[in-house]
Amino acid sequence: MSGMNKQGRPTSIDGAGAACARETFTGNKALEHEEPLLFELDNPGACGVDFDDPGEFTSRLGNFERQGRIGLARVSEPEVMRHFVRLSAKNYSIDAGLYPLGSCTMKHNPRLNEKMARLPGISDVHPLQPQQTVQGSLELMSELSHWLKELTGMPGVTLSPKAGAHGELCGMMAIRAALIARGEDETRTRVLVPESAHGTNPATAALLGYKVDAIPATKEGRVDLEAFKSKLGPDVAAIMLTNPNTCGLFERDIVKIADAVHEAGAYFYCDGANFNAIVGRVRPGDLGVDAMHINLHKTFSTPHGGGGPGAGPVVFSEALVPFAPLPYVVHGDDGFRLVETEAQAKADGTTPFGRMTAFHGQMGMFVRALSYMLSHGSDGLRQVAEDAVLNANYVLASLKDDLSAPFEGPCMHEALFDDRFLKGTGVETLDFAKAMIDEGYHPMTMYFPLVVHGAMLIEPTETESKQAVDLFIATLKDLARAAKSNDKDRFTGAPYMSPRRRLDETGAARKPVLRWAPPVPAQAAE
Amino acid sequence: MSDIRYTDQHEWVRVDGDIATIGITDYAQEQLGDVVFVELPEIGKELAAGDEAAVVESVKAASEVYSPVSGEVVDVNGEIETTPAGVNEDAMGDGWFVKLRLSDPAELDKLMDEAAYNEFVESLQ
Amino acid sequence: MRYLPLTETDRREMLGVIGAKGVDELFRDVPESARRDGLVDLPRRNGELEVERIFERMAAKNVAAGSVPFFVGGGAYRHHVPATVDHLIQRSEFLTSYTPYQPEISQGTLQYLFEFQTQVAMITGMDVANASMYDGSTGCGEAVLMAHRVTKRRKAVLSGTLHPQYAAVVKNLSDFADYKLEIMAPALPGTSEDVISRITDETSCVVVQTPGFFGELHDLRPIAEAAHAKGALLIAVVPEIVSLGVVTPPGEMGADIVVGEGQSIGNGLNFGGPYVGLFATREKYVRQMPGRLCGETVDADGKRGYVLTLSTREQHIRREKATSNICTNSGLCCLAFTIHMSLLGEDGYRQLARINHAAAVKLAERLAAVPGVEILNKAFFNEFTMRLPRPAADVVDALAEKGVLGGVPASRLLPGAAEVEDLLIVASTEINTDADRAAYAAALKEVL
Repeated sequence: MSGMNKQGRPTSIDGAGAACARETFTGNKALEHEEPLLFELDNPGACGVDFDDPGEFTSRLGNFERQGRIGLARVSEPEVMRHFVRLSAKNYSIDAGLYPLGSCTMKHNPRLNEKMARLPGISDVHPLQPQQTVQGSLELMSELSHWLKELTGMPGVTLSPKAGAHGELCGMMAIRAALIARGEDETRTRVLVPESAHGTNPATAALLGYKVDAIPATKEGRVDLEAFKSKLGPDVAAIMLTNPNTCGLFERDIVKIADAVHEAGAYFYCDGANFNAIVGRVRPGDLGVDAMHINLHKTFSTPHGGGGPGAGPVVFSEALVPFAPLPYVVHGDDGFRLVETEAQAKADGTTPFGRMTAFHGQMGMFVRALSYMLSHGSDGLRQVAEDAVLNANYVLASLKDDLSAPFEGPCMHEALFDDRFLKGTGVETLDFAKAMIDEGYHPMTMYFPLVVHGAMLIEPTETESKQAVDLFIATLKDLARAAKSNDKDRFTGAPYMSPRRRLDETGAARKPVLRWAPPVPAQAAE
Repeated sequence: MSDIRYTDQHEWVRVDGDIATIGITDYAQEQLGDVVFVELPEIGKELAAGDEAAVVESVKAASEVYSPVSGEVVDVNGEIETTPAGVNEDAMGDGWFVKLRLSDPAELDKLMDEAAYNEFVESLQ
Repeated sequence: MRYLPLTETDRREMLGVIGAKGVDELFRDVPESARRDGLVDLPRRNGELEVERIFERMAAKNVAAGSVPFFVGGGAYRHHVPATVDHLIQRSEFLTSYTPYQPEISQGTLQYLFEFQTQVAMITGMDVANASMYDGSTGCGEAVLMAHRVTKRRKAVLSGTLHPQYAAVVKNLSDFADYKLEIMAPALPGTSEDVISRITDETSCVVVQTPGFFGELHDLRPIAEAAHAKGALLIAVVPEIVSLGVVTPPGEMGADIVVGEGQSIGNGLNFGGPYVGLFATREKYVRQMPGRLCGETVDADGKRGYVLTLSTREQHIRREKATSNICTNSGLCCLAFTIHMSLLGEDGYRQLARINHAAAVKLAERLAAVPGVEILNKAFFNEFTMRLPRPAADVVDALAEKGVLGGVPASRLLPGAAEVEDLLIVASTEINTDADRAAYAAALKEVL
């Protein structure tokens, strides 16, 4: 068997203690309401919109008229409002509290950015309007490109990738396109990826047909330079490296790694997920990077929105710029112009590898990111990196004796702990994290990176005050003390106070229920 | 003759005549946790030793099950497809995965016996 | 800086606890050659007021769709979005939460994802849907990869009904993943396309769009039958999801995978993104599906709840063996879709679709009366194609001069194809009034 996850997280609900709260008749808990599914609110005759009748017209649908009921719920506007407000109350959010998810960069989302993204002159613009009617949008994309290039020290950028993983795919495609142009596509078939990498890295390389070769880490949590060099060869296409890495550490040998990669004729892909730690202070272009995606939803604070939308622009080195995909914006005498077809690119002297998406990318996210950048400026962005790193090191220094830290500091923007401090307590990383929920915190990233046993990765970000971080540190100390003093139930049955307690993920996976279906008698009555 | 052999990838193989029954070990099912899904090969498929024979998934992990020996798939355990919990309940017995018609019995000699496997598992802990 | 709470006093105290003299010490692992002492060459910070001025200046250089008679479609459509939608998606708990990996404190997100999946399955006529893809075009690429996995074949056929940029996205993936692809010539309305003869024993899937790129509605049934007879899948692409309020859903015409662009419901134009990709399939293919899935379960107290499930398909578990490298979904856009669809409900959704169809029919009738204009479509929903007496791109520019955004010249997306040079693709939705239609007809008459 392969890939057995020896740190497999327990997910069954056996053994969780009984809830301590008093049961109400309704199941509600004061401000928190039990909320049925939308479809259970169905009330024939109700509707949340009013439309005028279109009047007489001759249908041109041919024989494609839809027959029968669709099954959508019929609900009035106040009920829709209440339904979703009640649902929202069941979510944790960065606006409500510290969100220490390592490698996710959950920072404050300024509302100015939301306001800018909703200016009608920006939001109410169609991607296929004549270009003379969208000069403002093209200027905005051009301005964002300028900021990204300056901040990374890279000469080219493509904005269109829809998210970080999509950007990764884009960057690796550019690398492969460059290898094809060099006539080395057949021979360079291997991509080196550190063991500690995000799962998207090997998934991306594999999607492009590359063989993934893992690079081991040193005891200090960094790429093993010698092991890495021994894996280099004429069959290596690229290395995919996260820097700062997923252990929250800066790869000290990064320039040596980049030099060795280039000497071997390969390219250096950098996963920019952790750019927040170095923005304004270190430019990836100065480290020898050939391509790097930037998660606008991390470093540049576009809201995570419960899982998206993201945006993943990619910056390129001189060697890869000509292969950047369509479309891109150029500036000429007659204003800004989109290069969106191969013919236009040829006239422009570039050789794009293709197209990542319809239209031009996540414009709504570009606006927010640029608004964030303009607000901070070069000075504010540098301060972002410094405060993010300061907050993380403060957490590491304050907790390293109560929890256990696998690596020496200083760390960058996130502090990594392992589960040695829980040894013999009967409490596991998962339990510890779930107990944090009862204390009012979102758990940190758990069991990642895989190279550390029972990993807990804490990224406070720069938008937490010292007071907030102090309270967080005090809470983790209290929990660590409780775990070590036999207060096991506090952890293994946790969370007790949340809208739901631990959920049966095994049951969900064994017999998947992926949509609502009407109860059988009701269906018969239709 | 009924003799169980083991691989360092935590598969077991029991031979009866020229038929080899393959599964994952008790240690493996324990490490995986609750099994939620099993994907089995088509009957008639030829497998070489080391080929991917099946996939087993828990909630948070997915693993390939490699065939310890070479041969043609003659039967698969449909029970664990519909009730994956069977792998947890009886990994070494009713929770078997596939049956092969052995094409090279000599391959069995390269595998561990029970004592060697137990020692191997000890060394992992 | 207004977003940074640490004060100089805080920083000094914290450095003291860490045991560092200055913040530079924390960056000591950075190789010396890459350390920057000064600021990067960009402007300094700005207050809110200055930032607003900068964006307002840029916004003023655009023509907002709402400020003119507007008829542009081609894969993105301007619809009215109820005020409730934008209010709700800006609630902190939706806007500023992460992916619901901790289900105990993410039931809000998880429940709406479950509702979204149900709505998408219902309108497409399929068994199950995922919790969304980036957009329609990338969803289309993923659908083709999924069909390869299901059929264990490596060749897709793309009908000429498919949006050219969707086809480009699929082609790009196929180029790099070394799959074979046959892309058929643009399927002009009024002509018939023989997709069926292209299906062989090697074909993994056929991709057909309806309404097609030129607005025409297509019968999927014979294609589905032919594909299934050869062991191939039918992927149906629906770029205008409002259509399914009145049009037979692909699920009832034999589609195996339905990919949709959900932008029309709940989401603005936003110059092309973010949008929301809809992805639905048959129950038997669920495990080959890309992207996040939300499922129903119970918690330790036996209460109903929701979790992300079947995640072993995904990259964070399977790494190089994942079904896709996709990591995020379209979260908030998917929420906007769910809320808007909830407001519409069964009756509103159907009525909205009827109004769209009526608007397009009325526009087609009016424009057909302009001398030199020929409407090519037989059956359409809210978008159709007309042949003009001269290149459509020039006409669109001339219309824009007169303050009418008249549609998408086919040549913009199919450059070099002589047969489409005079074709203009025109969309009309519930936003258009009689006055808009009159303005369009008058301007077109003048321009031609």
